[in-house]
Amino acid sequence: MELVINGESIQVPNEVKTVSDLLAHFQLNKKIAIVEVNLTIIPKQQYETTTLCNGDKVEIVHFVGGG
Amino acid sequence: MNERYSRQQLFAPIGEEGQKKIAKKHVLVIGAGALGTGNAEALVRAGVGKITIVDRDYVEWSNLQRQQLYSEADAKERIPKAIAAKRRLEEVNSDVAIDAIVGDVTAQELEELIRERKPDLLIDATDNFDTRMIINDAAYKYHIPWIYGACVGSYGISYAFIPGKTPCFHCLLETVPTGGLTCDTAGIISPAVQMVVAYQVAEALKILVEDWSSLRNKLVSFDLWKNQHAAIRVDQVKKDDCPTCGAHPSYPYLSYDQQTKTAVLCGRNSVQIRPAGQRNYDLQELAELFAKQGLRVDANPYLVSVSLGEQRLVVFQDGRALIHGTKDIQEAKTIYYRYLG
Repeated sequence: MELVINGESIQVPNEVKTVSDLLAHFQLNKKIAIVEVNLTIIPKQQYETTTLCNGDKVEIVHFVGGG
Repeated sequence: MNERYSRQQLFAPIGEEGQKKIAKKHVLVIGAGALGTGNAEALVRAGVGKITIVDRDYVEWSNLQRQQLYSEADAKERIPKAIAAKRRLEEVNSDVAIDAIVGDVTAQELEELIRERKPDLLIDATDNFDTRMIINDAAYKYHIPWIYGACVGSYGISYAFIPGKTPCFHCLLETVPTGGLTCDTAGIISPAVQMVVAYQVAEALKILVEDWSSLRNKLVSFDLWKNQHAAIRVDQVKKDDCPTCGAHPSYPYLSYDQQTKTAVLCGRNSVQIRPAGQRNYDLQELAELFAKQGLRVDANPYLVSVSLGEQRLVVFQDGRALIHGTKDIQEAKTIYYRYLG
């Protein structure tokens, strides 16, 4: 499936079906992140139930502490 | 028109009126590391009326690659960062009043600073989430905007929090992360710092000239090595029951039991640090992270122990830590946040 992630078209493996899978794929599942799919922010409780479709526009911002 | 600021005043959204406003404002910069020095220099060059800069650390050689106000002499002499920053900033612009505070920013100290000095804006240039939660609570309690900025590796993130308008840091985070990646464990390149500084200072100038409608209003992040950029409008994340910005705020991080606790352990040349709130570390992951930095690590199911030259850091699963080889709480806190964020 092809997703537009942070403005870039990216091919993700077939196993990636939900937001939760996507975060795991990018090894962001243990980090605190804000995820937007087609301009709607997905609440954390819905990561596992929110399925992604070909062409979805996803923005992912994760928090870091350094400075 | 003062020639010094002529190019900034020619920029129409600032103009002469904006410059007058900037010259009357007081900015509190919390932290004088990479982000703190970058923000402070830009604001001082821009002609802000007054800057107060706070930091508990001193200059080391490993800072010079990216902390733009410091020199080799500062590192050789281990000059406290706040002092070294003040000296350089006064050379850059003698019109600006610069106040340097060598010390830690706890809830109590931050509230005192805000009440006594009445800053117009807070710049986050800290290296840990505990202090950011305190800044967030204090900013919303006293209705002062604050600008979050953070970076690690080639990645950076920023957002301007405006009490009464935007959601707060607490709404966005819900809990304090325990990621473990910090500039001292994952490294940092200076362009990532400069990019965050640019985002922070741009929003700071808009706030100082009171051009509220031009604020970005988006949480931005970037990775300069992976060539990525993201921006999310986070207004919808604002929670009505948020303990910081909701209808009945309690400002939990300003209360005693949510603060990081430190204690010098008598006769053991050690300091204990208990972080605010509950942390939950994956000790195996933490041990691997330290090992990757080439540090000597010992671990058992209950704790991870890292040798750091003369000091040793021992971390328990709940985030409590012992720093052996020092009786200095500031030094112990520096080590704690350096390795655990």
